[in-house]
Amino acid sequence: MQVPTSCGNRREEVWSALSAVTDPELDESVTALEFVTALEIEGQNRVRIEFRLPTFWCAPNFAFLMASDMRDAVAELPWVEEVSVQLLDHFSADLINRGVALKQDFRDAFPGETDDDLTDLRKKFLGKAFEGRQELLLRQLLATGYDPAWITQVTLRELMRQPLDARGDGLRSLYAFMWRRIRPNAGEQDLAFTTVEGKRLEPGEFRTYLRKVSGVRRNQEFNGLICRGLLAARNAAGRVA
Amino acid sequence: MFTTKSGEQIFVIDGHTHLWDGSPANQKNIHGKQFIDCFYDYHHLGPDSYIWPKAKFERYTEEDFVKDVFEEGYADVAIFNPQYLGEFYYDGFSNLKRNEAFRQQHPDRVIANGFWDPRNGEDGLEQLERDAKTYGWKGVKLYTAEWKGDSKGWKLTDPWAYRYLEKSQELGIKNMHVHKGPTIRPLNMDAFNVEDIDDAATTFPDLNFIVEHVGLPRLEDFCYIAAQEPNVYAGLAVVSALIHKRHHYFGEILGELLFWLGPDRILYGSDYAIWSPKWIVEELMNFELPEDVATETGQALTLEVRRKIMGENAARLYNIDIAERSKKLGLPTSATSKSAKQEVAMA
Repeated sequence: MQVPTSCGNRREEVWSALSAVTDPELDESVTALEFVTALEIEGQNRVRIEFRLPTFWCAPNFAFLMASDMRDAVAELPWVEEVSVQLLDHFSADLINRGVALKQDFRDAFPGETDDDLTDLRKKFLGKAFEGRQELLLRQLLATGYDPAWITQVTLRELMRQPLDARGDGLRSLYAFMWRRIRPNAGEQDLAFTTVEGKRLEPGEFRTYLRKVSGVRRNQEFNGLICRGLLAARNAAGRVA
Repeated sequence: MFTTKSGEQIFVIDGHTHLWDGSPANQKNIHGKQFIDCFYDYHHLGPDSYIWPKAKFERYTEEDFVKDVFEEGYADVAIFNPQYLGEFYYDGFSNLKRNEAFRQQHPDRVIANGFWDPRNGEDGLEQLERDAKTYGWKGVKLYTAEWKGDSKGWKLTDPWAYRYLEKSQELGIKNMHVHKGPTIRPLNMDAFNVEDIDDAATTFPDLNFIVEHVGLPRLEDFCYIAAQEPNVYAGLAVVSALIHKRHHYFGEILGELLFWLGPDRILYGSDYAIWSPKWIVEELMNFELPEDVATETGQALTLEVRRKIMGENAARLYNIDIAERSKKLGLPTSATSKSAKQEVAMA
């Protein structure tokens, strides 16, 4: 028999499950971004979550992805029987909330307005997250004396064995997590640094490649800083639609 | 006119300004409120000492514009890039008649651009002809994410958009200021995606496409397109405001733009009244590229480069002879650099 957990622990479990959900465009956790505004546990097994995005106009497809990811992440906790996720203050909040509650496809939630489901979108942004994390780690490695010749041939196992400082170690963990996620069939003996499609990097093209992935990271950073700035302003004003 | 510490005078054209009315009286629905609220949130990305009260931000006066843009904001000339937003506001967010009245009061200092929407079909084409005649437009602001009925946006590559671009060309409207920037995106059709610039710029080589907000967050897409299309320009509105809180990041973007587009295709803009130009211009003129960016991109912000970005590039697009205009405005003519004098002489 499962030992009953107290409500305090349950809140922490839900919070921890939510922290694994990222904003796909920013590659940052919805809890770190302070999107989640309310978390309630009703009658031991029912979880109610409210979240809010930086603007009334944030892209509905991303909002839908985050809402359904939150629902699924929390539903995986063994004691959870029911999850409700509510997006607040957003121009498509009603459609998104209904769609997520009914476990609809994005297409069904917005009938006649879109032809796409969100699988490709999710894949595309996982790829960007991979490149963004890779760029930060590559720059850190270059700054601490590793050269392109070493970087382009090192295996993941070898990379994980390198003694790095705290910042380097943090960036490596984030990268390795995403590496394993987008390449589920690869092993530790495979190259640590390839393109997102798994293509080998040549030392001669390394600088060009680095500039390309810098662009990806820069875009994420732009979204992140705008997002945080707007959310801070929105929260400070305490505006409610 | 901005005077540097060493006494050099720089002619300033603010390439992106507004005279808007987002006040509750003009709001048609909740979207009108949310739109101006969102702008007001953006306003807070600037320095605290420049934050306006909400009511002033919703509807400021012509006198505020003169003071903030011309008297304190160093601009010798300002360009209006109006947004209609007729689904959200009774009289439009920007109002062409109000803009024109203001322009007539300051004919040497204001360029009042217009707008068109390809979803207005044949009627809109006729309207465009009338507007071009009435207002003498040399440029238009194109807002591809504008809502209209069930539509949540349009693309420059839509067949009707091509007809409007053809008509613009025919009417001598050469400068297409296309908003390609952050947020306000309808569904998964990303109406601010920059890809449609590529086709349009190739198809209409005699038109200039000034990509406002440089396509962020799709900077690399924008740079890739702009590197290939000589008639694509970078409009620095919104980007310039990042200089205050994100100094290094701003440097990275500017470094990329200089690397891919060169100094002749970048236009300063404040996006007034989201932000006051005074602090933007002051910080921009004091700004140097961070060392790592300068090394990686091989670029430098020389006085010549600054002159181009702050005014000469926009002057070229709008046929402004800086020496002559300076004289008219009672400014010292030393504000013109050698290269600009030569270009004007050649033109």
